[in-house]
Amino acid sequence: MPRTKIDTGHKVEYLSILDDQNKLDKELEPDISEERLLELYRTMLFGRRFDERMLNLQRQGRIGTFPPIKGQEAAQMGAVFHLRPKDWLVPAFRETAAEIWRGRSPASVLLYYNGFNEGTIIPMEQRDMPMAVPVGSQILHAVGLAYAAKYRGTDEVVMTFFGDGATSEGDFHEGLNCAAVYQAPVVFICQNNHWAISIPLQKQMHTATIAEKAQAYGMPGIQVDGNDVLAVYAAVEEACTRARNSDGPTLIECVTYRVMMHTTADDPSRYRSEEEVAVWQKKDPLPRFETYLEEKGLLDATGRDDLEDKVQQQIQEAVDAAEKQMKELGDPIYMFDHLYEQLPPYLQRQKEELEMRLQAKKKEADHG
Amino acid sequence: MAKMTMVQALNLALRQEMAKDDGVVLLGEDVGPDGGVFRVSDGLIDEYGEERVIDTPLAESAIVGMAIGMAVYGLKPVCEMQFSGFAYQAFHQLENHAARLRWRSQGRLTVPMVMRAPYGGGVRALEHHSESREAYWAHTPGLKMVIPSGPRNARALLLSAIRDPDPVIFYESKALYRAFREEVPEEEETMPIGTSQMVREGNDLTLIAYGAMLQPTLEAAAELAKDGIQAAVIDLLTIAPLDDSLMIESIRQTGRAVVVHEAPRSFGPGAEIITRLMESAFYYLEAPIQRVTGYDLIIPYFSREKLYMPDVKRILEAARATQIQ
Repeated sequence: MPRTKIDTGHKVEYLSILDDQNKLDKELEPDISEERLLELYRTMLFGRRFDERMLNLQRQGRIGTFPPIKGQEAAQMGAVFHLRPKDWLVPAFRETAAEIWRGRSPASVLLYYNGFNEGTIIPMEQRDMPMAVPVGSQILHAVGLAYAAKYRGTDEVVMTFFGDGATSEGDFHEGLNCAAVYQAPVVFICQNNHWAISIPLQKQMHTATIAEKAQAYGMPGIQVDGNDVLAVYAAVEEACTRARNSDGPTLIECVTYRVMMHTTADDPSRYRSEEEVAVWQKKDPLPRFETYLEEKGLLDATGRDDLEDKVQQQIQEAVDAAEKQMKELGDPIYMFDHLYEQLPPYLQRQKEELEMRLQAKKKEADHG
Repeated sequence: MAKMTMVQALNLALRQEMAKDDGVVLLGEDVGPDGGVFRVSDGLIDEYGEERVIDTPLAESAIVGMAIGMAVYGLKPVCEMQFSGFAYQAFHQLENHAARLRWRSQGRLTVPMVMRAPYGGGVRALEHHSESREAYWAHTPGLKMVIPSGPRNARALLLSAIRDPDPVIFYESKALYRAFREEVPEEEETMPIGTSQMVREGNDLTLIAYGAMLQPTLEAAAELAKDGIQAAVIDLLTIAPLDDSLMIESIRQTGRAVVVHEAPRSFGPGAEIITRLMESAFYYLEAPIQRVTGYDLIIPYFSREKLYMPDVKRILEAARATQIQ
């Protein structure tokens, strides 16, 4: 018997609860209270409107480059909605709605995208990492946090986000492998949005799914319709329960689509067709969830208008707060603070050097 | 006091700090039952168990990346890179995250971790096992870079590194691991990071070295004394944040200096040290400052590595070149 087949017993599961025609699979419908359903909708709507407003601000030159999240609200909100305050969120950089729901202020998002360090300060009580720009590198931090949480005997869960492109990074492999070896309580959320800047999924990998990669690490993996917030919610609920019960990590592939550009500095017309985008626009997670809520009698036109007004008002407050704050964040000398707990003498000298330059500049301005 | 090799002294530091603080965990390749390939963690898994002495998959980026997560959580991870030549697989974790999290979060999240790594030539090792690349880490704002020169200061500095609130890269010279023994007190002893030490007084010349280069530098100083030249010898101990106070004070007396390191010459620590001396003691200089270093080469395979490494003879030549009147 020189060659035999090893049956690993693995098939990749796919989960969808609200189908393309918005037909609900009643049997799979997750049990979510009315209050939480509306909260979930509000945060998704906020994510959408804030994203749209940021695009305007960027085009007006009032903030710098940023990565829009439009179309991915269900994938991130359906997942992060399971985290308790004592759990940890380890985001990449396209989880703005999730970060805001966890407690990051929208004003800090604006500060960050306008080039102010103050935009990555995490509130003291919040157990989140700041967004990570180097692709995939944050995955390992989640595993370390989870190892520590397990070592300390807690039931805390760590949730980390990344995209389809990140699965090509070595840190994805190292992170999933280590999490499985240590049975660390991590929930890996892959927002498969089909594009890594200009590289489509089929140039990123040669597997049919991302979820099947879980098999190679010996952990459960599932693919869900990432534009169906109920499917994301249900799959992540299972994963969080598994993690809390010390049954190890899970990989969840949320199939979604980046309907906007990679960042505002990117021009997708160079590499993809409008027809392709149009197909996905029809699967927009927001109207799909609205229809579900309407059919449940939880939302009507008036309710939606009220919510829209509230969200727009909150966004305006955030923009006003950020623009006011930016004017008051005057002193750039703080860039020397917090590099180390204590500033070494040579850095103290460099700080004084900048202080003198700032004073000279101020004097010049005063006399000019 | 017991006489210990550097390996035993490092083991003592880890053993005592693990007993004292249950947040201290070790992670790396073969650190468990094997005790690390140099035996620095010998026996620790028996005392503290596999939850705290963590054998990792063969994945350097994971070792450092997970340590970052653990440190943010509140543990005090001590990572072992089996050889510093393999640490580059974790470079992005240190540069992009460990070094930056305190600054990015303005003090909210900190990374009190240590990355230990054997470095340097002179032990007839295979390729990728003999480099001296401390400048990479010293060049990275937010990291600290420490290199002890003997068993006693290795133990004291490792304790300080574990307790340091910031990430510390801790290079251990393989050539020194078992080269000699020193008295190491059983009771706890720490040394401040960021402080150099005057290990020999002298008014004619300032010799600056660290790590494995301290011994040949001290030997050269003894030779010079026979000719009536009294050389001060400064042991840096910390490469970054560099303590330039002692060396500036010394060169203001001697007017002459030689910097010794086995790292390649260009953009090496010597370049920074000499610039600091120029900036703060230019008018005291009596002769051009010399540096004795590895060549700007990949360190040759071991049959020829001696030609690459600074030795007593090269240090003496440089020292004498500074004695122009």
